Amino acid sequence: MDGGLATATATGEGVDIDALAAELRSICGPEHTLTHHDQLRTYESDGLLQYAAMPGVVVLPSTGEEVRRCVEACHRAGAPFVARGSGSGLSGGAMPVEGGALIALSRLRRILEVDLENQRVVCEPGVTNIAISEAVGPSHFYPPDPSSQIVCSIGGNVAENSGGAHCFKYGFTTNYVTGLEVVLPDGQMIQLGGKGVDMPGLDLVGVFVGSEGTLGVATKITVRVVPSPETTRTLVAFFDSTSEAGEVVSAVVSEGIVAGAMEMMDNLSIRAAEGATGAGYPQDAGAALVVELDGSETECEARFDQVVQMCEKGGAWKVRVAQDEAERALIWKTRKAAFAAMGRIAPNYYVQDSVIPRTRMAEVLRRIEELAQEYDLQVANVFHAGDGNLHPLVCYDGSVEGEPARAEELAGLIVKTCVDAGGSITGEHGVGVDKKGYMPSMFEEDDLATFQRLRCAFDPDGLANPGKVMPTPRLCGEVPGPYREHPLEAAGLAERM
Amino acid sequence: MRFSGAGTKLKWGSPVEAEPLAVEACEIHEHNAGDLTAVVDAALSLHELQETLAEEGQMLALDPPLGDEARATIGGIVAASDSGPLRHRYGSARDLVVGMTVALSDGTVAQSGGKVIKNVAGYDLSKLFTGSYGTLGAILKLSLRLHPLSPENATAVGRSSDPAALAAAALELSHARIELQSLDARWEDGAGAVLARFGGTRASAPADDAAETMKRHGLQTEVSADDAEWWGDQREAQRSDSGVVVRVSGVQSQLATVLELARDLDARVVGRAGLGLSWITLPNSGDPVPTVDDLRRELAPSPCVVLDAPDPVRASLDVWGPRDPGATLLAQRVRDRFDPAGICAPGLMGR
Repeated sequence: MDGGLATATATGEGVDIDALAAELRSICGPEHTLTHHDQLRTYESDGLLQYAAMPGVVVLPSTGEEVRRCVEACHRAGAPFVARGSGSGLSGGAMPVEGGALIALSRLRRILEVDLENQRVVCEPGVTNIAISEAVGPSHFYPPDPSSQIVCSIGGNVAENSGGAHCFKYGFTTNYVTGLEVVLPDGQMIQLGGKGVDMPGLDLVGVFVGSEGTLGVATKITVRVVPSPETTRTLVAFFDSTSEAGEVVSAVVSEGIVAGAMEMMDNLSIRAAEGATGAGYPQDAGAALVVELDGSETECEARFDQVVQMCEKGGAWKVRVAQDEAERALIWKTRKAAFAAMGRIAPNYYVQDSVIPRTRMAEVLRRIEELAQEYDLQVANVFHAGDGNLHPLVCYDGSVEGEPARAEELAGLIVKTCVDAGGSITGEHGVGVDKKGYMPSMFEEDDLATFQRLRCAFDPDGLANPGKVMPTPRLCGEVPGPYREHPLEAAGLAERM
Repeated sequence: MRFSGAGTKLKWGSPVEAEPLAVEACEIHEHNAGDLTAVVDAALSLHELQETLAEEGQMLALDPPLGDEARATIGGIVAASDSGPLRHRYGSARDLVVGMTVALSDGTVAQSGGKVIKNVAGYDLSKLFTGSYGTLGAILKLSLRLHPLSPENATAVGRSSDPAALAAAALELSHARIELQSLDARWEDGAGAVLARFGGTRASAPADDAAETMKRHGLQTEVSADDAEWWGDQREAQRSDSGVVVRVSGVQSQLATVLELARDLDARVVGRAGLGLSWITLPNSGDPVPTVDDLRRELAPSPCVVLDAPDPVRASLDVWGPRDPGATLLAQRVRDRFDPAGICAPGLMGR
């Protein structure tokens, strides 16, 4: 049976991990094949530390061909594998499979081609997001800019379809990837797309981006870069409340102004971030709204003056306009520090990534506040206001009995509130292991079964990052069609009865 | 089984023996102006949608040919991934569809994506169905991302009969730190043009600057805010009733070659100069089949897909051209899963 030789196991149980490790060692060298407990521990979690699993083996290939051979070896061994970039993901998407293989791509960090004439960069998956902009600057840049951009890898961005502060205007990873070299879960290497757009055939690049490592491993990525804006103007305005700031965001949008970024922080986030960067933000402000406009100088100036007036009219008690690049950088540093700085408020927190239709913002934030009071926990909000991508951070103390469970329950209710408002469980972090339980709140069984059809077309054996995205484990049934030889048959290890 | 909207692109793809089944539902279910989103039925005409959205100063940033009159439907445009000049700034259907409801051949009705513009939950099946020509199933309903209409528009046109000068001007503009709405090239009857369109509240200033750039490359320039006809003409020239249209998915730096080929062949070209896309309409004289082969050779590895073409031409060549065998096999595996019975326009996208 096609796909029946291995199961969609979410553990590496039954895999001869020593034999697999020996084979991986012969491909990548002993120094890049880790099996010692202490070495493996480094890889047991990604950026979401509450999820951990101990892989059976970690391998660090250095070329696409080595990745292909590693995947092929896993497939032959029936071993589930997880590809990992920088490990900065926030959905547990790169959490290993217990006892399975982890393929770390951090050694694949070459920029292979900068084709500025055609506004394309071809690179390996381990290249950091920021390195792409650096390679084409200052005339061009790569727009999707997750807050972790100095460390996160483009391969991880492809897996998660990462966004960032500027995606309201510029779009997400998926809008910038034009070509991929992919190792399918059976070890076959294929080319999808290229430098051009509207390539003939199904848009397999489009479905691969954001597939969270469940369809294969990207070993080469072609992205589009765009000319840098002529001018950028940035301000931060302080308000009494998030609902006041939210009204200003609505006013800006309905005026037809497409801001490069519109970011909001509530009082808790302001306090945490201020503690980290000392930017001089008023600690008693109810909300800080960052608005950045970019584009042509004349257009930008005219629109920026409008936005300043809107902020003032909308109740801002202070509007601070960045006068130079250093001041702009500080505004962004403070915004991007908010997550990490939350440790100043609480020892632990749940990061959420729900999206709501922006027009429902005031009502949803009010509801979150009510829930927080009901659960006697603090919830900080720092979010992309332009596109309604909230990042509620449910703060708790893991050492206080019952608090983690209460925090998890509250987190779930916040997600439900957002989905009920017509939103999504995740805007940019991905489903991973963290939010798979919420998938049924957005999708019916038929929808999930249809997702599974795609996964089975790419990975009939269920070996690529199993246990992620889908709420329950699923197997792939047989598909009628031409006979295809299974790799185990090809190797003379199995035959069809 | 074939699905059709208004039937404006039914001939595209490899020939398929099947009676078109018209998708008929055409309602606008939601227009959430404050969220810049809409939810519509697939058979809604683009024209009708744009009229409704314009009342709130918004648009769907898709302007393919045959969308102006009450013809091309949203579902058809998405299924064939057709696009127009706005593509430069806003991307194509794949970038604007944020959710989709589809029907598969076994009767399954499934939705993916959502109604918000930012969402990564689940596989992005909207992208898979966009440009799938109904070979995976029927598109029933779509959630769309909208954009504000530009308060003003202005276009700079630069004319020349020198392909290299046109291509150099277009390349400089596509790399300039300016916000273009559209950047097109044109070739017809031995002469060509570059068209650069700007939007915003002060559109004429950047258009004047673009004209200066064009002049430096020796182009004869003209700037106008009354530019709708120019762009309508660009859209129209992507199609042909009787001729053969070849769409090149190339790179920007190939524009000079494309324009030179057009000059030598006496063909017509519409180019999306910043994207490397070109629509080449071959002259009606002569056998187009060897010409298509020549184009594929000259422009390799850029794919050259035959869109409009008379039936005999369509029957005597592979409209899609050579493709990566691994990707083609994988695409077939995807089709086998979505349409196990193999009854959705089988063979339309090649085998």
